[in-house]
Amino acid sequence: MAKNFPVTHQRGFSAVAILTFIFLYAPLAVALVLAFNAGTSAAKWGGFSLRWFQSAANNQQVIAASVLSLKLAAISAVLATAAATLAALAMTRGPRFRGWTFTYGVISVPLMVPEIVTAVALLVVSATLRGWTGYTGLTYLIVAHTAFCVPFAYLPIRARLQTMDISLERAAGDLYASPWNAFRFVTMPLLFPGVLAGFILAFVTSLDDVVITEFVKTAGQDTLPTYMLGQVRRTITPEVNAIAAVFFVISVALVICIYAVNQRTKIN
Amino acid sequence: MASLESTRLKTESRTRWLLISPAMLVVIIGAIAPLLVIVIFSFLTPGPTGGVNFTPSFDAWTRVLFDRDLFDDTLTLSGTNLEILLRSLTLSLATTFLCLLVGFPTAYFIATRNPLNREVWLLLVTVPFWTNLLIRTFAIQDLIRNEGIINTLLLKAGLISAPIQILFTNFAICLGLVYVYLPLMILPVYASLERLDRNLLEAASDLYARPFKVLWEVIVPLSKPGIIAGSILVFIPSIGTYVTPILLGGGRNLMIGNYIELQFGQGRDWPFGSAISLTLMGIVMVALLIYIRHGDTRGHEHG
Repeated sequence: MAKNFPVTHQRGFSAVAILTFIFLYAPLAVALVLAFNAGTSAAKWGGFSLRWFQSAANNQQVIAASVLSLKLAAISAVLATAAATLAALAMTRGPRFRGWTFTYGVISVPLMVPEIVTAVALLVVSATLRGWTGYTGLTYLIVAHTAFCVPFAYLPIRARLQTMDISLERAAGDLYASPWNAFRFVTMPLLFPGVLAGFILAFVTSLDDVVITEFVKTAGQDTLPTYMLGQVRRTITPEVNAIAAVFFVISVALVICIYAVNQRTKIN
Repeated sequence: MASLESTRLKTESRTRWLLISPAMLVVIIGAIAPLLVIVIFSFLTPGPTGGVNFTPSFDAWTRVLFDRDLFDDTLTLSGTNLEILLRSLTLSLATTFLCLLVGFPTAYFIATRNPLNREVWLLLVTVPFWTNLLIRTFAIQDLIRNEGIINTLLLKAGLISAPIQILFTNFAICLGLVYVYLPLMILPVYASLERLDRNLLEAASDLYARPFKVLWEVIVPLSKPGIIAGSILVFIPSIGTYVTPILLGGGRNLMIGNYIELQFGQGRDWPFGSAISLTLMGIVMVALLIYIRHGDTRGHEHG
């Protein structure tokens, strides 16, 4: 380290980096602390209290929005992960086929189109379909969420498939395992960390979405983020800080899960 | 034999497309088909109460840049639309620049730690990124409000006599965007810095190049793909932002995203809204092309 020091040292860079990390965490830390503020004003510390967590937990709208958020994220993430796993298997096993680039392009579309554009496009379509069919259920939101979750689920699964040793699957085949058994007992267990990471990414992406949901939902279909957006447009209440704190803890837990899965698979 | 081989290939290809089709279908239904619908809508005329009339017209596209005079049909450059377009471009470019300004040294700092610590620093960059965007924007809002922490502290310290208006300014939008998208700059820049050949740096400094000269003439040029990738990754979501101007710009400082919403909400002009949406998409596609040609897309291409 001492020998390398003069080579890689750039004056002021460490200071900027440390300030950047403070910048990244200070606002979140303040919001977290404010969630435990007994007072109503965000500016004054009125003592430690869990009252905003309680009031959020007793708020029927918050409960309904949380349930819908989790339900939507679970359904969309399962569907997107299943579709992405199948697609990733077809795209990474066997020779490059005609239409490969096209397929990859289609799957990546949700990553490339600005969210607001997809959102208004879906608004137009779902509003029209609602008018024609009279159906106002959750399917519109599920389809929209599944579509933008597919690339997020796809990327880690593909990454995992690329680093997997294909000779293991070949060996299973050579030992007369049927393609299904080879998949079931060799490919799938090896692929599982990738599938899990893909699922978590898709789940978090769906849970975080505000723009597309805001445009596709109808009355009574608020998710937690759209509910919070609606609240903050009026006045900011400490209740929102409490919800944010819970959200933050969930996100951090999920990120650490992905990190742990990656670390474990690296060692194996 | 040949026919056997061709049957095998045929089944293989059929299986392949069966496996791919669920993902393709859901993306086509949930993203691509709606986009095609607004492409068509952008060439129609607005209906009386929202929706569209099926009369083909280029009017919506003309109005993206021009105002049509009600009486003599002459076209003049549209002040409002150009202003919004310019503000969006300026704010997102400023955001990109600021992200690079603080993101590059941060990425460099991480890349020069020892490998074990690097992982921890990287995790610290990723955690805020996976925290809900709305929550992070609220956090900034909490901080910069007139009765927020920053103003309260400054008032108490006697540095100011009245709160500074930070919230609901262009600066607030920029700050919010930098806060939210900074990890998208740090990660790709880090990825290209991490691969730098230390021997080159040592060679440069053995030849008595000053650290700044090494930075400017060796490190920056070599990490250019990462810098381009990071810039594009920050620029794209910034220019299309919708939530940040609402929460931090206070409805007065519109960006394209909010202007698009107006056309589908109060404005009720779907064709015009579609045309601006596609204009935004065009800008993003240009940025993506630059990314694909010059940026570091490793890990994003090839199955």
